[in-house]
Amino acid sequence: MKRRKLDVKAVPGVVANATDERFKVAGPLRGIMNKVFPDHWSFLLGEIALFSFIILLLTGTFLALFFDPSMTEVVYQGAYAPLRGQEMSHAYATSLDLSFDVRGGLIMRQMHHWAALLFMAAIIVHMFRIFFTGAYRKPRELNWILGVLLFWLGFLEGFAGYSLPDDALSGTGLRIASGIVLSIPVIGTWVMSSLFGGEFPGHVILDRFYILHVFLIPLILLALITVHVTLVFIQKHTQWPGPGRTNTNVIGERFVPRYTIKQAGFFMIVFAVIAFLGGLFQINPIWLFGPYRAAVVSAGSQPDWYVMFLDGSTRLMPAWELTFSIAGHQYMIPGIFWPTVVLPGILTVLPLLWPFIEARKNKDKTYHNLLQRPRDVPNRTALGMMCIAFYVVLLVSGGNDILADKFNISLNATTWAGRIALLVAPPLAYYITHRICLGLQQHDREVLAHGVETGIIKRLPNGAFVEIHQPLAPADEHGHGSLDYVGWTVPKKMNRLGALGPAIRGFFKPVEVPVRPPAVPPAPESEREKIEA
Amino acid sequence: MSTGHVSATGTESGAVPTVDPTDPNLTYREVLDEGLRRDEIEVVHYEPQFPVPGTTAERRIERLVAFLFLLSGVAAIAFVVIFVSKLFEPNYEFGSHASDWFTPLLGLTLGLALLGLGLGVLVYGKKLLPNEIAIQQRHNVASTPENRALAVGTLGFIGSELAIQRRPLIKGALGLGGLGLGAAAIVVPVGMMIKDPHNSGPDGTDPYMTTGWNAEKFNNGKPIRLVREDYTEIKPEHVSTGGQMTAFPGIPGGVTNEFADSPILLIHLRDDDAQELRDNLHSYPVNAQDGGSMWNNFVAYSKICTHAGCPASLYEQQTNRLLCPCHQSQFLITDNARPIFGPAARRLPMLAIGVDEEGYLIARRDFDVSVGPAYWERPSS
Repeated sequence: MKRRKLDVKAVPGVVANATDERFKVAGPLRGIMNKVFPDHWSFLLGEIALFSFIILLLTGTFLALFFDPSMTEVVYQGAYAPLRGQEMSHAYATSLDLSFDVRGGLIMRQMHHWAALLFMAAIIVHMFRIFFTGAYRKPRELNWILGVLLFWLGFLEGFAGYSLPDDALSGTGLRIASGIVLSIPVIGTWVMSSLFGGEFPGHVILDRFYILHVFLIPLILLALITVHVTLVFIQKHTQWPGPGRTNTNVIGERFVPRYTIKQAGFFMIVFAVIAFLGGLFQINPIWLFGPYRAAVVSAGSQPDWYVMFLDGSTRLMPAWELTFSIAGHQYMIPGIFWPTVVLPGILTVLPLLWPFIEARKNKDKTYHNLLQRPRDVPNRTALGMMCIAFYVVLLVSGGNDILADKFNISLNATTWAGRIALLVAPPLAYYITHRICLGLQQHDREVLAHGVETGIIKRLPNGAFVEIHQPLAPADEHGHGSLDYVGWTVPKKMNRLGALGPAIRGFFKPVEVPVRPPAVPPAPESEREKIEA
Repeated sequence: MSTGHVSATGTESGAVPTVDPTDPNLTYREVLDEGLRRDEIEVVHYEPQFPVPGTTAERRIERLVAFLFLLSGVAAIAFVVIFVSKLFEPNYEFGSHASDWFTPLLGLTLGLALLGLGLGVLVYGKKLLPNEIAIQQRHNVASTPENRALAVGTLGFIGSELAIQRRPLIKGALGLGGLGLGAAAIVVPVGMMIKDPHNSGPDGTDPYMTTGWNAEKFNNGKPIRLVREDYTEIKPEHVSTGGQMTAFPGIPGGVTNEFADSPILLIHLRDDDAQELRDNLHSYPVNAQDGGSMWNNFVAYSKICTHAGCPASLYEQQTNRLLCPCHQSQFLITDNARPIFGPAARRLPMLAIGVDEEGYLIARRDFDVSVGPAYWERPSS
């Protein structure tokens, strides 16, 4: 039998042919490779969340190989000498093992934690971008809703993960969570004992959180993220207004190669930042907190940053406990119910409805693929800043004991400051933002009408000084142009118009020496004009 | 804008050029342009960053990319070496050791390896690939009326095939069956998890009203002694005046999380503070019954905050306050642990204490009120 030689050069062709015969991919593949993506730095904020999620899956899988969520009490005999001989849950013991006994376990734990913090931060900043540019408008309302759900799922996922090591800090967080569940009217105690399998802490809660944390919530997150990104792909990304950009086109680069290459590079950089953080910056040193004991707590107990705003709302809440009697029985709604159940409820429902509220208010049923500059929609921008002010007051109040300690002010004063700021800061933020937006709008119009300030001061024959403006378009005899504002950056400085001459390229020495204009020899003396003194 | 090559995609000219992509004489670029045309894309600006290949400037970028990739490789090898090295010791002792550097060095090398790779890829993409501006058309329309009509018709026909409307028996049966299965889908997870919160165990005591200080349930009716974390019993003289101590019920497992509602803070008050509290006891009658819950100058409060359940245990000796570090509720020790600041609305329950014949501190009975955070049906006392 004759052996056929393997023709290496023909392999790709053969494989491609075989693939296409089976899956008929040539057409869709071309469409994907050619698809045009607009580019702007702010479009990459969501990518940070996506990349962090991938890193969370990778590091989390590693951690799951060594962690055991069992609440069975064991006597610790591991590598960390200060805790040797202490009784603790097996969950805490295996978390310590991950930090000290498993080679590379500590950096994995810390990378996992940092990636979670970054995931939540990226989601929030990405949400700011979407909100302030109006990217959630028709046809993208569903993706906004998915984004809000992703935030809360990430929140739950993070809290479940934070609770697993069963150290003093996470156990305290779990205890507060049980207090929050208890506060739900009518069904509180039932939900609590069903969830914890009896009294706090019981024996099952970590096992239940574990399966939520490593299976159920990641699965839902993965599914929602897939739909979220697919919708961006199908609906095509929004773009900023600008030259040639309309509601019916996308201006940018083809998906492959350059855009993909940039994405891949960016993923590596996000990964690198998390690796740096995980290796060089300590996070959640559980061995310092000790095992969870119901009687143990320390000052300066803060949750992860994305939970802190709810901690803050709880701290600021006045001591209002509603008691009333129904049919001779006394019932109560604990004060903690309002800042930890009702407030998050409002913070979920209002954003979900927001795209529809705004469209209804504006009687707006058209498609929007062009983004809006925040200054051009002062009401929305001011509303957003109002929400951020509310959020920041809560966030800062979540650490008011640290502030009181570090700045040597009364703890109670910081609480009162938070309560007052919570009412005063949001309207103030609304007003200031609104004014700033109008001012920026006005300045844009001014530059379009009068031109860019050149910094050149001219003295008129009558002695007055005027600044020369560079009109952006042919102007009338008063120097006034007639340009329309198109929703995009207006140049405000001369170097935006290329007026600063050739920039010298090169880091240490010029790459190209700029060509000097040939020196003009001075005119002979006979041709010069005399200036009379 | 379009300073570079303008592709002849022909969409603007109106006449659709007939390009046969299978024509072997076409260049890659011509085939690409045909594909772009079919995807309604027009490349309006296409400019190689280095029109003349092999210039010094281009080679400089190439060297930079190569350097970054090499840096990445070197850092990755360093990471591997450190990872398998003896720098890692599964043994932590106090003081500084070489092994302290293990994790930081891993982070540094892994970060450098990834950063080098990422920057190299980015520089390659941004500096070596041609600049382009492509425009793709998008269509903000729903499906065509035709397509909609086709879908509606198809659905309509499917509906008539099923003909559920004229089969009311099946419809009703299916509705009932669906309801039943839906109920089953709900009842299984709920039924598996649900537990009566107020009834645990055969003795039928309410866990919300019972703690580890319940002598009948946990100590055969004998008064339960106060113990420290190591189960050693406490005598009054062990607590100095103005001092405090965390105490647990002296029963098996009493200091563990099995009895998470039981920890107390035992405080030995100064004479004048104790007198003040004694005078205040009657203002909260629960604490005044049976001769008052204090013993001499000693008072024991539940450590579990009535707000969210954290240990309210930061004891301010000068102001006689207990502070909960979770949400900063403050309780006045000399006034039946009345909440005086923060979100807590109810007093910390007081445990009635005494001393047995051997001189050890004991609990005279369980807490008189429900310990810990509030809940809907909580008795109002």
